[in-house]
Amino acid sequence: MPTTPHPASPQVPDVAGRFGEFGGRYVPETLVYALDQLVVEYESAQADPQFQVELDDLLKNYVGRPSPLYHAKRLSQVCGGAEIWLKREDLNHTGAHKINNTLGQALLTLRMGKQRVIAETGAGQHGVATATACAHFGLDCVVYMGEEDIRRQAPNVFSMKLLGAEVRPVTSGSRTLRDAINEAMRDWMSSVETTHYILGSVVGPHPFPMIVRDFQAVIGRETIAQCRLRFSGLPDLVVACVGGGSNAAGMFFPFVESTKVPLVGVEAGGRGNQPGDHASPLTYGSPGVLHGSFSYVMQDEDGQTCDVHSMSAGLDYPGVGPEHSYWKDSQRVTYTSCTDSAAMAAFDALASNEGILPALESSHAIAEAMRLAKTMKKSARIVVCLSGRGDKDASELARLKGVKFG
Amino acid sequence: MSAIDSLFAKFRSENKKALMPFVTAGDPDLEFTAAVIRELVARGASMCEVGIPYSDPIADGPVIQASYTRALGKKIKLAGILDMLGGVAPQVDTPLVTMVSYAIIYRHGLEKYAAELAQRGVAGMIVPDLPVEESPQLAKICAARDLSLVQLITPTTPPDRALRIAATSSGFIYYVSVAGITGERTQLPPDLVERVSWLRQQTPLPVCIGFGVSQPEHVRLLAPVADGLIVGSAIVRRIAEANSQGRDTTISAVGDYLGTLLAALK
Repeated sequence: MPTTPHPASPQVPDVAGRFGEFGGRYVPETLVYALDQLVVEYESAQADPQFQVELDDLLKNYVGRPSPLYHAKRLSQVCGGAEIWLKREDLNHTGAHKINNTLGQALLTLRMGKQRVIAETGAGQHGVATATACAHFGLDCVVYMGEEDIRRQAPNVFSMKLLGAEVRPVTSGSRTLRDAINEAMRDWMSSVETTHYILGSVVGPHPFPMIVRDFQAVIGRETIAQCRLRFSGLPDLVVACVGGGSNAAGMFFPFVESTKVPLVGVEAGGRGNQPGDHASPLTYGSPGVLHGSFSYVMQDEDGQTCDVHSMSAGLDYPGVGPEHSYWKDSQRVTYTSCTDSAAMAAFDALASNEGILPALESSHAIAEAMRLAKTMKKSARIVVCLSGRGDKDASELARLKGVKFG
Repeated sequence: MSAIDSLFAKFRSENKKALMPFVTAGDPDLEFTAAVIRELVARGASMCEVGIPYSDPIADGPVIQASYTRALGKKIKLAGILDMLGGVAPQVDTPLVTMVSYAIIYRHGLEKYAAELAQRGVAGMIVPDLPVEESPQLAKICAARDLSLVQLITPTTPPDRALRIAATSSGFIYYVSVAGITGERTQLPPDLVERVSWLRQQTPLPVCIGFGVSQPEHVRLLAPVADGLIVGSAIVRRIAEANSQGRDTTISAVGDYLGTLLAALK
């Protein structure tokens, strides 16, 4: 008999880093000390009003927050249904939501007295945001990036170098985000006493999924305030794309208790539903352990992580944050997946109807919102997290569309 | 009492030290792994640590990572590895222990993994990504089957935590020589001897040192303060390099290398 799941609580994780049964800390003993140190420092920062004042000032005057909530009227008209509203994280400094987290963690780095920062990056947005925060605070910065992603996201690689970061190519495994995380973890194993690892998503061992979610939750909090101001209520649906899941976690978390607002997370459906053709662990995977956390993952029968595919480097990841697994099993969030081609069509629709080039990652959320808008009445409102801008994707898009420059 | 407990009881009474080589299962294939285990034991290895290849080994340096990638590239499966161990265990008179990621154990089923190890005569497991907080369930399952669940202590482990880990470990304590990943090192940390001596006074469990141990000088320096030494990357590298020279040559080259370390132990 199917059982009714426990409702999702915002009072997670527990002290062991558990979101229901998900999360935890499956890491080599060498890293436990640093993770414990991070927990202590984060708690002390939260209790320090000066920390929040400093972060808020940076978010306002450096990042440009609050990011606008924009009513995409022409796109809504084209779809012919619900109103589509965009939370414009693409307008942040560095062009994506990633900066919300890297500034927060850079402040924690300073508090811990560490001078060196490492990070992983897939699409390069987190790498750029980390390099930016490090340049701002005068911290040394090394970014690990898969060779395949270096090729796909060349403009971001150049930006990181301009910002003074060292970009280390990762040639192991699938040469994408997953391998970049492995290499960053290995660096941290040897450098843990002097280095902070600024993880870019709500993945990894406790306390990363909690800390990154908390720093990204500004997205959802602002959205709620803006909805109240603009249409005196909450939206009828909220949509965000999910790779590791940081923009979605930041958008969804403040809505968890507003159970009348349906939340939809959109994974990368890639070329289709066959193993290796997509990056949708919540849709097609099973619970397991990857990168220090227990969560849904694409794995084979032995627990080996599977290779995945998405045209979008930021979603090309076989795992997902443990809180998303918790929201899935508690049925608070519905997860679905969107193919490369549907995301590409959404990219074109937003570009031509609104004059906005979305990141390929965010295009997955746009695609699902466009699909759902058609099924909803005209008075309904959908908020989509437009997590990043698409400039970085221009050359990869040209390649995918068969266009040659010059 | 697991086979590892018996081994160290005997070694301590005879004032002997253990030398434990590590080999990657399935590199280049399982038949070779079985043969190299037999050779290492014949040459005097006290135990053998068998690495179960994993796709995302964050504690491992390039040499062991590459061996895992090669093995997985040849579609080596857990079932095949367990069968190989079941075949080789009765042929050798020393304990075998698996080095295995929790990702693999969880997927296989904790109870099932323990049962299958016990059934095949394997003495225990080292789970490098299972810190003490996450280990109680597996520790209980292992204890019920007389399997050792070896826990790790590292230079970043604070003293009070080290005592907690020592209290829950079984078989022996794996002392990680450096804050870092696996791999041969010419220099080991200057305070290593002191740290291990301290730990050994705190616990009745045997303490074995691994990570970086690769040269006869390391053995001479560390054997007096530890119960045993673990040698991994140096062996895996020799297997990888010698592959082109033919199996028998490779196996005896690895055996010769172990011989030089054993000579330093005497």
